[in-house]
Amino acid sequence: MRLRVRYFASIREFTGLKEEQLDVPEGSTAEALKREAQKLHASLKGQEDNILVAVNGSFVELKRVLKAGDEIALFPPVSGG
Amino acid sequence: MIRVTRDDFSVDEELMRIKKPSVGGLVVFVGTVRDESEAGHVERMEIEAYPEMAERQLTLIRGEALAKFGVDNVLVVHRYGDLKVGDNIVLVAVSAGHREAAFDACRYVIDELKRRVPIWKREHTPTRACWVEAGKPDKD
Repeated sequence: MRLRVRYFASIREFTGLKEEQLDVPEGSTAEALKREAQKLHASLKGQEDNILVAVNGSFVELKRVLKAGDEIALFPPVSGG
Repeated sequence: MIRVTRDDFSVDEELMRIKKPSVGGLVVFVGTVRDESEAGHVERMEIEAYPEMAERQLTLIRGEALAKFGVDNVLVVHRYGDLKVGDNIVLVAVSAGHREAAFDACRYVIDELKRRVPIWKREHTPTRACWVEAGKPDKD
């Protein structure tokens, strides 16, 4: 399935992209998608602990199973306020 | 009552939205761009947001504060974009019948905002630009 993946802050800079479409097998987890993004973007190497995953605007556990149409976002720990 | 926006805000105008006769006190926190950080002298700040998610998270936090502290209202405005030293970054305003609940709720909202709202600050010094690390230099 094809998923829209958005990148923010330092992760956006590492990938050089604001967003892209990624193909992952049906039933893939958030963790698998994070790994796929790291595989595609060598610049994300070493960033494992610096990448949070959100699905449809909510933080999710890495074991969360993704569905077609989900909007995924990868970004570093937040620093607003 | 929740806004994530490029636009500046007027504290007075925002307070008018949550003032009413049954309110005995308002607590306000305004975060502004400071000229100094661990990175050195800060000349300006860039703030990036994931606005849809940030508004969603803030709505959740607002609901928690209303339920937990029994306050009358909670209003949050957070800016993003290019800001200068001294510019407003964030406003948390709480109205309540009494001050204790208002102080507690205001503190809760700004602390939770810093923990789980997808917004990132980037400080520009004369020589470099660096992302503010979560829970680090910017302690207030």
